[in-house]
Amino acid sequence: MQVLYGRHHVRVFRFGLRLVRDEQVAEDLISEVFLDVWRQAGKFEGRSAVSTWLLAITRFKALSALRRRKDVELEDEAANAIEDTSDDPEVSVQKKDTSAALRKCLTALSPDHREIVDLVYYHEKSVEEVAEIVGIPENTVKTRLFYARKKLADLLKAAGVERGWP
Amino acid sequence: MMALSKRMLEQEPSEIEMLLPWHAAGTLSARDARRVEEALARDPELAKQYAVIREEYAETIDLNESLGAPSARAMQKLFAAIDAEPAHAPQASFNVASRIGGFFASLSPRTLAWSASLAAVVLLLQAGVIGAVLMKNQSATYQTASLSTNEPVTRELSVAAPPRALVRFAPDARVTDITALLDRYHASIIDGARGGMFRLQFGGQAMSKEDVASLMSKLQAEKIIALAVAAP
Repeated sequence: MQVLYGRHHVRVFRFGLRLVRDEQVAEDLISEVFLDVWRQAGKFEGRSAVSTWLLAITRFKALSALRRRKDVELEDEAANAIEDTSDDPEVSVQKKDTSAALRKCLTALSPDHREIVDLVYYHEKSVEEVAEIVGIPENTVKTRLFYARKKLADLLKAAGVERGWP
Repeated sequence: MMALSKRMLEQEPSEIEMLLPWHAAGTLSARDARRVEEALARDPELAKQYAVIREEYAETIDLNESLGAPSARAMQKLFAAIDAEPAHAPQASFNVASRIGGFFASLSPRTLAWSASLAAVVLLLQAGVIGAVLMKNQSATYQTASLSTNEPVTRELSVAAPPRALVRFAPDARVTDITALLDRYHASIIDGARGGMFRLQFGGQAMSKEDVASLMSKLQAEKIIALAVAAP
């Protein structure tokens, strides 16, 4: 368990943190995830990578934790995020700092879009693995990421950053 | 109507276009990667979009890397919860061997080989320790009738016990290294691996506090030991 924990806990934590946006909750989440793994090791059938299995459990637990936080309106939060910090992207543009604006906009994506971007780019999951983790068809995985990228481009455009696509 | 159709057509991504992010991440099959490469070579617009994707890819990695790591609290909480788990949890009670076997089959061969070898060493050493202690204690010591999972099967009534330590080996420690270390320190594993820690006993005689402290520092300096603390 220690080897498994040592190898995967940071990525599990970061994936959880990007979903729940609360370090304390994300830390509790990883304890719950690995405890589940300890209890249900037999349910792992070896058809997918351990990391894929772990991320699927993390996602499930993160969504449960979010459902418990009824005071947080996620969609509003996502929609307002760019407005809440509107100065920052503008300042970034003035400084020609597209990089900072891009990061800010990545954070402002909706939870669905954030998770798919992270799974593909950071966790380097294939189309099939993302489909397994998120529980959607492979074609939906592809279109969802495409529209997540379009949304990202829209957010950047609103912040004054033009990248030549779309 | 025409304008609407045109817009819909413009918004409808092609299959290759949708695969670009996976190409940037290097997670496409060889066949798909080749298809994307060919499309990129003949379509400058696609190549432009790919450059944008690579930028997103790099920033997403940077953003995630900046999130840091969880505190030790998460690990402590986890291992405390595991220690508090009943020995035979309902979910794990049926056919434990095959379930755990399946789980470990998913680990890398190196990790698996290390774990299996270490488990074998632990079993052999424990058997050796039990045998040796039983033989040694036949005349001069009192042998308990009870069995504790945390303690060796016999307890001496004589003054002081040999020093013990809780040790966590480095993940890349090899069995041969561990065996050599145990030989060098005249140590034996008397309990493990609770929370990844092994309880080691050193020699057969008690040591002064200073000697124990010096032993712990020496152990801590060993490359294959991640953590060593004196234990009762």
